[in-house]
Amino acid sequence: MANLLTSSIGKKITMSLAGLFLAVFLLVHLGINMLLIVSDTYTFNVAANFMASNKLIKVVEIVLFLGIFLHIIYGIWLQIQNWMSRPVGYAKSNNSQTSFFSKYMIHTAVVILIFLVIHLVDFFFKSKFMKDSMPPEVAPGIEDMATIVIAKFKQLPFVIIYLVCFLLLGFHLFHAFQSAFQTFGFSHKKYTPCIKTVGVIYALIIIFGYSLIALVIYLSPNY
Amino acid sequence: MDFTLKIWRQENAKAKGRFETYKISNISSDCSFLEMLDQLNETLVDKIEIPICFDHDCREGICGMCSLYINGRPHGPDDDITTCQLHMRKFKDGDTITIEPWRAKAFPVIKDLMVDRNALDKIIQAGGYVSISTGGVPDANSIPVSKKNSDLAMDAAQCIGCGACVATCKNASAMLFVAAKVSHLALLPQGKVEAKERVLRMVRKMDELGFGNCTNTGACEAECPKSITLTNIARLNREFIFAGILSEDKY
Amino acid sequence: MTTLNSKIPKGQLENKWTGYKASQNLVNPPNKRKIDVIIVGTGLAGSSAASSLGAMGFNVKIFCIQDSPRRAHSIAAQGGINAAKNYPNDGDSVYRLFYDTIKGGDYRAREANVYRLAEVSNNIIDQCVAQGVPFAREYGGLLDNRSFGGAQVSRTFYARGQTGQQLLLGAYSALSYEINNGNVQMFTRREMMDVVIVDGKARGIIVRNLITGDIERHSAHAVVLATGGYGNVYFLSTNAMNSNCSAAIQAWRKGAFIANPAYVQIHPTCIPVHGDYQSKLTLMSESLRNDGRIWVPKKKEDAEKIRNKQLKAKDLKEEDRDYFLERRYPAFGNLVPRDVASRAAKERCDAGFGVGNTGLAVFLDFASAINRLGKNVIEERYGNLFQMYEKIVDENPYQNPMMIYPAVHYTMGGIWVDYELMTTIPGLYAAGEANFSDHGANRLGASALMQGLADGYFVLPYTVQNYLSSDIKTGAISTTLPEFDAAEKAVKDRLQGLLSIKGKRSVDSFHKELGKTMWNHVGMGRTKESLEKALVVFKDIRERFHKELLIPGTTEGVNIELEKATRVEDYIDMAELITTDALTRNESCGGHFREESQTEEGEAKRDDANYMYVGAWEYKGTGEMTLHKEDLNYENIEVKSRNYK
Repeated sequence: MANLLTSSIGKKITMSLAGLFLAVFLLVHLGINMLLIVSDTYTFNVAANFMASNKLIKVVEIVLFLGIFLHIIYGIWLQIQNWMSRPVGYAKSNNSQTSFFSKYMIHTAVVILIFLVIHLVDFFFKSKFMKDSMPPEVAPGIEDMATIVIAKFKQLPFVIIYLVCFLLLGFHLFHAFQSAFQTFGFSHKKYTPCIKTVGVIYALIIIFGYSLIALVIYLSPNY
Repeated sequence: MDFTLKIWRQENAKAKGRFETYKISNISSDCSFLEMLDQLNETLVDKIEIPICFDHDCREGICGMCSLYINGRPHGPDDDITTCQLHMRKFKDGDTITIEPWRAKAFPVIKDLMVDRNALDKIIQAGGYVSISTGGVPDANSIPVSKKNSDLAMDAAQCIGCGACVATCKNASAMLFVAAKVSHLALLPQGKVEAKERVLRMVRKMDELGFGNCTNTGACEAECPKSITLTNIARLNREFIFAGILSEDKY
Repeated sequence: MTTLNSKIPKGQLENKWTGYKASQNLVNPPNKRKIDVIIVGTGLAGSSAASSLGAMGFNVKIFCIQDSPRRAHSIAAQGGINAAKNYPNDGDSVYRLFYDTIKGGDYRAREANVYRLAEVSNNIIDQCVAQGVPFAREYGGLLDNRSFGGAQVSRTFYARGQTGQQLLLGAYSALSYEINNGNVQMFTRREMMDVVIVDGKARGIIVRNLITGDIERHSAHAVVLATGGYGNVYFLSTNAMNSNCSAAIQAWRKGAFIANPAYVQIHPTCIPVHGDYQSKLTLMSESLRNDGRIWVPKKKEDAEKIRNKQLKAKDLKEEDRDYFLERRYPAFGNLVPRDVASRAAKERCDAGFGVGNTGLAVFLDFASAINRLGKNVIEERYGNLFQMYEKIVDENPYQNPMMIYPAVHYTMGGIWVDYELMTTIPGLYAAGEANFSDHGANRLGASALMQGLADGYFVLPYTVQNYLSSDIKTGAISTTLPEFDAAEKAVKDRLQGLLSIKGKRSVDSFHKELGKTMWNHVGMGRTKESLEKALVVFKDIRERFHKELLIPGTTEGVNIELEKATRVEDYIDMAELITTDALTRNESCGGHFREESQTEEGEAKRDDANYMYVGAWEYKGTGEMTLHKEDLNYENIEVKSRNYK
């Protein structure tokens, strides 16, 4: 098993596993956020509160943070190794035909990481550790997350940053989804094209889903 | 045709290299890239200068000895070929051509454009074989092999060990090279017997030698002169995962 | 002539090898560990010998010029490998393979050696399959066979158009296994500069490290040369750039004999020469002649128009074309053996009917095959070859006929060896293309791979062991012996000598000059006059070489010009050997065609009464040599003349 964790392929598998888990989380997160525009703020607050307080979800949350942590640490580790494997670079930049997004995984990753930190400070840590700065609860034990979110999305600079970050996250996912399956050794004449299509659709859903919420809230006078 | 050549010159492994610019004229478009370099060397020798050192041998695209990173592509601007099969008609008259050695930690430069690819041999020595010695083998037809697997094995076995995959990979990864050998032998019943040990040993050796990791970018597949596909890397991953989980030994 | 003892075992032909193996001397395992063997060259013969001897327990050191043993030029063989498996149930047998090989060699090969080759051919296929060589298979999972020139059965095993590659990678993998086991030590980027003889026995070699420039000494109890042929004497050949005959020439200068050097195989289907700058020629597989028809224009004026690009080949009317092979050899047509096809093409071009911008090319036309079978079938059969042709020539062979011309391809001659593959120097062996043994005056397609692997896997492990059984008490050979000092000094002096000429001409310019003379005077058609003239030219080239050569740089580090210089110096000796042998052999046989010796219809005429012998040449100083004859006795085969009409 040691081979699986420390070898080059093992590290990649760990990366992929964590990444796919994060991809699932992104979908769930999107679903809850969607409530803001398809339902009312109260339902959103209830759902958000459920995610924050349910015992089982708490366990999942630990796994989630572990996933994020592993994905980042392994990502950095692999990247450093990759840089070290070519100490003297080429004068002429590479002209080989490659999948475009795969070349910029580390760059998109850095942007996503910065966004993630801001995001966690703005929403997650605020509701957990900075209760004073929170608006009053909408019902006993149910925090008013909706108000915080809406307040953020009413600021144009934030919306722009948000849209750019999700576009880059989408780029990351374009490559990441199908790449994970390749890393797991899954390659099949019939099914691999399906996986690639699903990956693209998934990335598009993430980009447009999250962007839509931000835009609707920013543009609509109802919020 | 006339060309301006920017060529990496480096006296030996320890020396600091630099680009030198050379002009060459009256080159036939039917001339191969290496023959163009031959002609340049001939002019250098006439001037009692040290000719440019580059690896080459069979000059028909099968020995895997020629290398060269030409205008940002290993084996230059054509698909499914080695440098010796590249012809000057692929360039425009008056072009400036930048020629670099292959760059990777595992491929140190020996002189000018010549690099040491011994690392690839070491990976094979770690397990890229069926552990049998001469004699005592069964009749060739005693074990049938499905035509499909035999053909897939041949697809992978065509690797010429040139290292273009490593040269073009942004991570200088040797995964396609290792995948080709692992696939070739894993697909055949003769190689299946020790497939688990083989994949673990070869991957460990690859890691030891300082090659990078695979990020499924596909540059290797695009530049492989023998069109070896990424499917083989998936097979390598698969073999590795099963071997890693099931194997009781540590490699 | 007493030195030429071929040591053929007594007994019936089919029992000779079995008898040898049963009575040979062995070395027990602990003693094997005390014995060193040097192998030079990592092609099919070298790699297979090293892995086999290593697995037996000998300490093997193996050397190659390239950066990796896998680069050896065996890798470029396309067609296939013969074996008498009789899988297709078409009447093949060991005897038939033996018979075809002797006949194909124009009755100039040794019966016992060829029979042994045919005998072990089946073991080779078994061995290679067990190594994981992906031979072509049929849908039922069993091995596929195809037919090749010179045989009436299908006995050729193949791996697409890359059989040589796959077999070499098989041998390379076996070698890698033994390197990993610690039984074989690999030395890459080393060139053998001399054989060291101690008390009359080969006891080591001197090599130059091509990276550092250091001269190194390596000792052993036996030395095997598996260094390939000498085709590059001609400058342009299908050989790799680094293929050379220097190891053979070093051995020759130390007392080994070189046999039948005049037997050079010229392959008919190569891509023609297209310019002075050209460095090598590319072979197109012989299999193309199965469906392609070879022709030139019937009228000289049409040929001239085609040469001047005023007329396109495909526009020339059917009745104005001369399908000269079909015309001359109605029975075999385009499928006559290599030597016959090559000469016929040369004859037409010399007569002024050649095409291409140089006039030295003939057409290989697939138009009728495409009409008959469809483009798809042709693409399936020859797609990769057509693609290769298009990459090089930049012309679509589906639309315009291919142009081909013969080129030097393989050398049947080589270092003289006895039945045990030992040269006239005790303890010095030669294997594969480097020796002269099995192909007579002409090699059949798919037999080179067979011979290389037979020597390495199944012959040398027995015969070398037999010899080494007397060395179990010798102990390690010291590299500080005076013989090593002397050899190393001679090598250093030679290199310094070449560097200090400081003339004005590059090595390649001499090589080209030598090659051109060889091709024009000692090529496909040889006469007394042309050969005598060539010998004069070679003397002159040697003199000027030692006056006008220019090598930049020093002996330290990589010096590619210095590497080439020693090789070209040796090529001059080899050129003289080939020419002298060709001059002495006043008959036409196989790859050797003396224009004085032909029938009225222009076919090769053998002279069995006077020339049924192996001509082995002994070195007697620069430019000097004497002939030793080994008579060939055919006891199991009736000697006939070859007829393909």
